[in-house]
Amino acid sequence: MAHVLLRHRDIPDLHKFDVYKKNGGFSAFKNAVTKMKPNEVTDVVKNSGLRGRGGAGFPTGMKWSFIDNKNWPHYVVANADESEPGTFKDREIMESNPLQFLEGLAIASYAVGATAAYVYLRGEFWEVAAILDEKIAEMEKAGYLGDNLFGTDYSLKIFTHLGAGAYICGEETALLESLEGKRGQPRVRPPFPPSYGLYGKPTIINNVETFTNVPMILANGADWYKKMGTADSAGVKIFSLSGRVRRPGNYELPFGTTFRELIYGEKYGAGVQDSRTVKAIMPAGASSSLIVVNGDDKVLDTPMDYATVRTLGADLGSASVIVLDDTVDINWVINKTVHFFRHESCGKCTTCREGTHWMRNITDRIHGGSGTQGDVDLLLNVAKQMQGKCLCALGEFSTMAVTTGIERFPQDFTKAVKK
Amino acid sequence: MSLEKNYSKEIKQILAKYPSENKRSAVMPLLHLAQREEGYVNKAAMQEIAKMLDITETEVASIIGFYTLYHDKKAGKYRMQVCTDLPCALRGADEFMQKLCGNLGIKVGETTEDGLVTLEEVTCLAACDRAPMFQTQGPDGIKYHENMNVDKTMELIQTLKHARGEVK
Amino acid sequence: MSKQVSVTIDGITVSVPDGITVADAAKMAGIDIPVFCHHPKLEPVGMCRMCLVEVGRPMLDRATGQVVLENGQPKIQFMPKLETACTNRVSEGMVVMTISDKAKAGQKGTVELLLTSHPLDCPVCDKGGECPLQNLTMAHGPGKSRFNYDEKMHLEKMIPLGELMWLDRERCIQCARCIRFQDEVAGEAVLGFDERGRSTQIISISDPGFDSVFSGNTSDICPVGALTTADFRFGARPWELKAEASICTQCPVGCNTTINTRREAKAGGDVVVKRIMPRQNEEVNEIWLCDKGRFGYHYTESKKRLTRPMIRKDDKLARASWDAATKLAAEKFSADKKNFVVLASGRLANEDLFNLKSLADHAGGTALLYSDMGGGELTQLVGVGAGTNIGNMGKGDAILVVASDLYEEAPIWWLRVKQAADRGATLIVANPRETKLDRFAKYAIRYSYGDEVKTINDLSKKSKISDEFAKARNAIVLFGSEGLSVNSSTAVASACASLLQETGHVGRANNGLIGVWQRANDQGAFEIGFQPEEDLEKALKGKSVYIVGADPVGDSPALAKALNSAKFVAVQEILETATTEIADVVFPAQAYTEREGTYVSGERRVQRFHAAVPATGDGKPDFAITSMVAKQMGIILEGSAASVVFDILSHSIDAFTELNYAKLAEFHGQWPIVGRGDLYYGGTTYENTQGLGVQLTPTAQTEGTVRIPKVRKEAVLRPREKDLLAVPVNKLYDLGVMIASTELLEQRIGQATFTLHSTTAKKLGVEAGQKLALSFDGGGGEAIVKIDDTISTGVVLVPRGMGLAIREPVVAHVQTRSAAGKVK
Ligand SMILES: Cc1cc2nc3c(=O)[nH]c(=O)nc-3n(C[C@H](O)[C@H](O)[C@H](O)COP(=O)(O)O)c2cc1C
Ligand code: SF4
Ligand code: FES
Repeated sequence: MAHVLLRHRDIPDLHKFDVYKKNGGFSAFKNAVTKMKPNEVTDVVKNSGLRGRGGAGFPTGMKWSFIDNKNWPHYVVANADESEPGTFKDREIMESNPLQFLEGLAIASYAVGATAAYVYLRGEFWEVAAILDEKIAEMEKAGYLGDNLFGTDYSLKIFTHLGAGAYICGEETALLESLEGKRGQPRVRPPFPPSYGLYGKPTIINNVETFTNVPMILANGADWYKKMGTADSAGVKIFSLSGRVRRPGNYELPFGTTFRELIYGEKYGAGVQDSRTVKAIMPAGASSSLIVVNGDDKVLDTPMDYATVRTLGADLGSASVIVLDDTVDINWVINKTVHFFRHESCGKCTTCREGTHWMRNITDRIHGGSGTQGDVDLLLNVAKQMQGKCLCALGEFSTMAVTTGIERFPQDFTKAVKK
Repeated sequence: MSLEKNYSKEIKQILAKYPSENKRSAVMPLLHLAQREEGYVNKAAMQEIAKMLDITETEVASIIGFYTLYHDKKAGKYRMQVCTDLPCALRGADEFMQKLCGNLGIKVGETTEDGLVTLEEVTCLAACDRAPMFQTQGPDGIKYHENMNVDKTMELIQTLKHARGEVK
Repeated sequence: MSKQVSVTIDGITVSVPDGITVADAAKMAGIDIPVFCHHPKLEPVGMCRMCLVEVGRPMLDRATGQVVLENGQPKIQFMPKLETACTNRVSEGMVVMTISDKAKAGQKGTVELLLTSHPLDCPVCDKGGECPLQNLTMAHGPGKSRFNYDEKMHLEKMIPLGELMWLDRERCIQCARCIRFQDEVAGEAVLGFDERGRSTQIISISDPGFDSVFSGNTSDICPVGALTTADFRFGARPWELKAEASICTQCPVGCNTTINTRREAKAGGDVVVKRIMPRQNEEVNEIWLCDKGRFGYHYTESKKRLTRPMIRKDDKLARASWDAATKLAAEKFSADKKNFVVLASGRLANEDLFNLKSLADHAGGTALLYSDMGGGELTQLVGVGAGTNIGNMGKGDAILVVASDLYEEAPIWWLRVKQAADRGATLIVANPRETKLDRFAKYAIRYSYGDEVKTINDLSKKSKISDEFAKARNAIVLFGSEGLSVNSSTAVASACASLLQETGHVGRANNGLIGVWQRANDQGAFEIGFQPEEDLEKALKGKSVYIVGADPVGDSPALAKALNSAKFVAVQEILETATTEIADVVFPAQAYTEREGTYVSGERRVQRFHAAVPATGDGKPDFAITSMVAKQMGIILEGSAASVVFDILSHSIDAFTELNYAKLAEFHGQWPIVGRGDLYYGGTTYENTQGLGVQLTPTAQTEGTVRIPKVRKEAVLRPREKDLLAVPVNKLYDLGVMIASTELLEQRIGQATFTLHSTTAKKLGVEAGQKLALSFDGGGGEAIVKIDDTISTGVVLVPRGMGLAIREPVVAHVQTRSAAGKVK
């Protein structure tokens, strides 16, 4: 099947302006601006069943329809912060199929009446930003960005903005704060960005992959898109596959593809390294709950969509599938994830600031061999105590691997503690 | 050094990205600009940025402190930032880091004697399928180096050394 | 009146304003939800996670939008997780549970996490006894920590953030109240967080350190002992302190304060002042105080306090009895009644000023106010209407500030005007140079010194600004004395008054004129009938002068000369000054901390202050001393009790009719609730239970249109080809007796400066930081050159009260310039 998002894998040099244009590029945007009303664009996206690819899976068209039309100007922001450990899909899109992403961003801007859009890139994406800047300039030159587009009174500018090393800036309100030139700390919600966003103005924020779907949906129709995937999760998804597999990488597959296909399929993961068995899967990067596999076929044959993965006690999130084989010690895994969250906690709320700090101290003790069973119990207890009490989801994320790790792989902890 | 003097064109471009009443947004790009030459933001640049954006020096410092890519102290000319986060670690990042330390004769956080490279550990860089990997943060911005091993890394260091002549 | 909604909190149903936070609603219902980050004067941030409660709302039927009923009662749908009471806003029918098991468990969890990083050094902490974390730990905290004590973060404990405030990083719980106060309320974001996560720490980078005159307030609202003042640190334990209500005497705002005192061995068993704290008055200072008011009280305990009456003998002052001293003065004053002059300042209380004025009147002498600024008769006519509260002004209202640098002259007004602008009020700042208020102004009008009256008159002509001012729902004008003399400031007041009356902005609350006077009770002096004198030298020469609460000799060589040729000088003071040195008789007066009385603020609010410490030496209240002098002259004036003097005053001055001490002591509950050591922590600001004072009603409010006296226009001085025009400006921290004895503030007072435009400086061949000597009529001296390109060329700004003796604009001549004397 031809790619919808990673189309550069089918079409060489798709990042080049002419190639992209020759392959139907910008026709969806032009068509939208010249022939459709903004809310008609939103309706198509609504009908396609597209859900946000940043992790939460919120219906995209619905989000766009929440934009507050009593307060102007409006902004659209692309979340290109991509910092979840195990996630590297947006980077490939922006490096290799940047114009499709930018076109999607432009269509979204038109749909909600924004005349300025920002791409917030994680600070490390220095080279990616350079690519986008070049592409934006090309689009401006060719009349796809700027004033009075296609002779209408619609105008649009797109700007890139580099972050500077902070996972939390992927959280949409922290991202907005950062874009406003402040410390990237989440805001209290509500109000949500569609009513109070960038500079306090109505703002739509979507993930890069989400936007990249949009030109194809507009070009081929909502029904075309809906036909792919499952009833719960329409369309295709890029799965970032990493960990102990033979062929890690991004794979674009329809929702509903099984874990087995992704991990073992010859064109995809091509199996576990050294032919070991899968012990656990983290489907949403470091923020994941651990899915127990231990070679269980039933688990491996589970179709990957938002609803079904939940039945395994985990969220699909951004579909950054990290594969852990039977050589991996879960006690080590959570030590890694907790270190990550201790480092990335923004420090705004007590629960996460203190909780991640103490979880790190305790896992260090356990992992270092000086922990006791009491420490394991304390760790589990601290993690549980944090749940539901943090200001944003990062704090919650930091506990997922901890609680499911200890509860689902107790032997890895009993082994590690002093008797 | 005055940013305003040396980079007036860049500053203008940066400020043009944001509504004039929200010029504070420019603080992050300006800080990237400010540490381009010396690898860290010095006091004079902090003051200049604060003034330019009508915010206080404390606010600028507070932003430098929050984000890991900004530095307020001098280090090696290049910061070699190795990702040792979970996905990379599952593909040998920790061992790579250990060997690299051995080869360079420094510990994580230290700088080579010639002042060329400071070795640092960082969290996920969105390159998990190409571990071991690191980025270099230096005068020419940030560059990714993926699917690395120690030999390739030592070669890179040689190139960096010669690229801009001997380091002071 | 905002819409009310009915909510049920812990089973109690109350009616509260719609949309307020659950935490505030609970407090109104008398239920304390513990908070750390939340403060009712700051925007909610929901970061400390202390206020976790269960929140339920009536369930609505999706189809009909109607409330679903269950057994005839609305069915309540609870949120799945605990919610922060500080960020959730009340709505009709909401049900909140703050002490359910789930809520308690959540709150307990937060306290535990906070304590894991807290040093628990309560026994040596200044906040001990008024710390909500300590209180909460007692109430909820786990008995024993489950965390490893050795792994606790150990951080720096004594970090000076400038010379006034200290930070203890270990105690900080990262609630950001201090940062948010500086940013949102004070508009001076000199505090911030460094790093992130558990490494988050408070920093301040400025020169001077913690560069804000509001810094002390952060220690009041800090919910732990992380921020303490250099003044009070390790000074005492809060529970050992006695509290007495007072009024700040440093500027015309009239901030309500509490004087904390303690008996101290160090002071020989005497009761001494330990700290000055804000006392809540939402219409005056809310819960804030500026640093000058907080730290500048030390002059009252200065070694230079006068303790005994003295009489000059053989050219030396020698101790005398009260009887002898007052008798001598009385004889001299009676001997030449026509030449009897009372020169008193607005540092005195109404009671003092009233007796002095009565004495002058009875004896047939004159009563002069020691001030460089006039116009008090205009604020009596069209001063702000009764019920004025700048805190209520916002969108649709206008505030005009003329010839005043409010930040330097009346910091709390600056703060409140700035906040009114934040709320949307149109702020117009008219000043010949840029001031800190300009940043918040919608319109900044820049005029040349001398063009003040014209500038205001122009606001009656058609323009965008004048239109906006005229159409404003409410409008207030604050006028000051920058670059003005007694006459010209009176002219400015008159122009402002006309503008206000023409645009219909008089005779109502939140409308009218406010004088930014130089002293706390100048307005009171005007009410009582004192007037300043333009040519004070002439008025004093050859007279018998009774100087009370003023130091003209110290302030000005010209006045010193005039007084040296006076017939007789009696000085009534609290401190030894240059004026007491030349006096024939000296009377020791009590400081305001030692006695009671009343002041009238610039907003014409009459407020009481009380005695907090015993008198120094033989000192007596000013009104009593005056009554003794009067008696020796055969004039009977009340001298026994301030309240009785006030009663007489209120019978003889119309504006004060029906006022008495009991009325001034009336108070009512205020929002937010502060100072009770509650878990819902408003800060250490004292609750006001001693009286909110009464605002006087301006004539325009009782009589309608008033006739505004026209002031004769003086010839305006302009910079000349060869010479500079020296122009007086006011400074917050100066060398006046009121703060010069506070060592802590020495650095802030700094050195005297001459501010010039860079072109002028270049012409004179001087640079910033160099010394320059100027002479002008009546004064001059050496000062450091400062550059300000927002002023006109040919002008030099000279601060008042810094030893350069400037009262009004004068022509200045350059004496010397030194390139060598570059001063840091
Ligand atoms: C801690 C945290 C980190 C996140 N990081 C990212 C990210 O790197 N990229 C992203 O697109 N969304 C991220 N999100 C999700 C965003 O908050 C937001 O839901 C998303 O950008 C919405 O776009 P979508 O609807 O297209 O998914 C993160 C959320 C949290 C709580
Ligand atoms: S949960 Fe963590 S990241 Fe989110 S606001 Fe709290 S401290 Fe910041
Ligand atoms: S979170 Fe509500 S008071 Fe801090």
